[in-house]
Amino acid sequence: MADTFLDSTELVLNMGPQHPSTHGVLRVILKLDGERVLGTECVIGYLHRGVEKIAENRTWQMFAPYVDRMDYVAAVSNGLGYCLAVEKLLGVEAPPRAQAVRVILTELNRIASHLLWLGTHALDIGAITPLFYCMREREYVLNIYEKYCGARLTTHAFRIGGLQYETYEGFEKECLEFCDLFEKKIDEYEELLTGNRIWQQRLTGVGILTAEDCKEYGVTGPMLRAAGVKWDIRKAQPYSGYEKYDFEIPVRENGDTYDRYIVRMQEMRQSVRIVRQAVADIPAGPILAKVGKVIKPPVGEAYVSIEAPKGELGYYVVSDGSTQPYRVRIRPPSFVNLQALDKMCRGALVADVVAIIGTTDIVLGEVDR
Amino acid sequence: MKQLLRKVFLADLIEGLRVTFRHQHPKQIVTEQYPQERPKIGERYRGAPRLNINPDNGETLCIACDLCALACPENLIVVGWERNPETKKKELVTFTYDISRCMFCGLCEDACPVDALELTQDFEMASYTREGAILDRQTLENGLLPTRYRF
Ligand code: SF4
Ligand code: SF4
Repeated sequence: MADTFLDSTELVLNMGPQHPSTHGVLRVILKLDGERVLGTECVIGYLHRGVEKIAENRTWQMFAPYVDRMDYVAAVSNGLGYCLAVEKLLGVEAPPRAQAVRVILTELNRIASHLLWLGTHALDIGAITPLFYCMREREYVLNIYEKYCGARLTTHAFRIGGLQYETYEGFEKECLEFCDLFEKKIDEYEELLTGNRIWQQRLTGVGILTAEDCKEYGVTGPMLRAAGVKWDIRKAQPYSGYEKYDFEIPVRENGDTYDRYIVRMQEMRQSVRIVRQAVADIPAGPILAKVGKVIKPPVGEAYVSIEAPKGELGYYVVSDGSTQPYRVRIRPPSFVNLQALDKMCRGALVADVVAIIGTTDIVLGEVDR
Repeated sequence: MKQLLRKVFLADLIEGLRVTFRHQHPKQIVTEQYPQERPKIGERYRGAPRLNINPDNGETLCIACDLCALACPENLIVVGWERNPETKKKELVTFTYDISRCMFCGLCEDACPVDALELTQDFEMASYTREGAILDRQTLENGLLPTRYRF
């Protein structure tokens, strides 16, 4: 190395798997030259449970609760993707009422997921206050889930063909109340962080990922949009009736950590907008399409991808005509986004690694599956 | 110029602090004092299982159809039954439910045709032993006893 003319040697440092800012059990091997990162390597698999293999030993319905346990902070989105994939295989579509409720719950889930990201990301950088506020607002969403389906985190809210549970009394009112309250709270978070000089200095220009890099690595979600690519599956290939709702895709140009922060904040505002529209117009009617008690999709395969809070979440399901999946392949956004970590970290400072891991918004349950 | 003044007088930091102090107001405190203060649990909460009995005659509602055991992804329900020689009907003898492996997905509850098995709002299921997590028919019918803590 040219700049190691003083007597300094390269140092290999282990970060994790118990490091709190790796958001779970991610081990990153850092190669350092002083404070500079020369390269990183991720060691994953500490949370591997073989979810895809489990699918092959369960019936189609039985596997639905397991997908909640991949990205456990966005369990509802995971469930939606799986249900849509199996529905495509079966050739059925959820009734309009089910679709509207699904949209409401997944958008609330996007808010909850982004809130957790915001809280922990800010905590990693050193701003402790937002974490408490984010958790407090997330609680409202979780309470709606608890009242709707009976669980807070691993919800198992959707069933193949629609919904299992009818909305409870006061569901619409509570969602609207949350929207009203939450819009003010986003302003509050922005007051705390957006203009804060420490926050800006820690984030601007850190972990830059250009649009080309993103496409090369297959990075999706807010990270891609922060690099200036207007790509959102909700708009590009609308599912579950997203074409009916009016919302924008927030985009920024620089692709650095600060821009990703802005994009996610904007996304929460857009989610509130979608929830409002969806709540105002929940059609009446059945909530479960006719799929029968035993689900036996015809021989074939289907791929469905949805816009999960973290990026494109894809399910590739293959049926051999029996009651059990022949194969379920999952394309988790966190896993793919994590591959860009090395690219973002090279040349950065050690302290920035924490910011970069935070901004990729990974959930290790989903990375390892 | 405005920017500079903002910088010099730490306006951005003070704005943030204002938010923090606004939340110090006692009305803004949301922490639940859990053991003293019982949380409000949703009506549909999927917690500890219960095997419902007919309140009129104390007989179990379960018809020993085994559907819950078949629906469970974790295979943790074991229904023991015996055919009554007189009525030729299945009768429930034992019922075990291993909550240590249960993920409270609610599939068993959905599968039950007579609403005998139900996941209740009880969420305190800790026990000191692994065996304590395996519930038998009697516990399921009477409901879980509150854990005795060994302090
Ligand atoms: S809640 Fe789910 S895991 Fe638990 S016993 Fe019922 S079906 Fe099995
Ligand atoms: S499904 Fe209901 S009735 Fe059938 S064995 Fe289970 S608890 Fe009993």
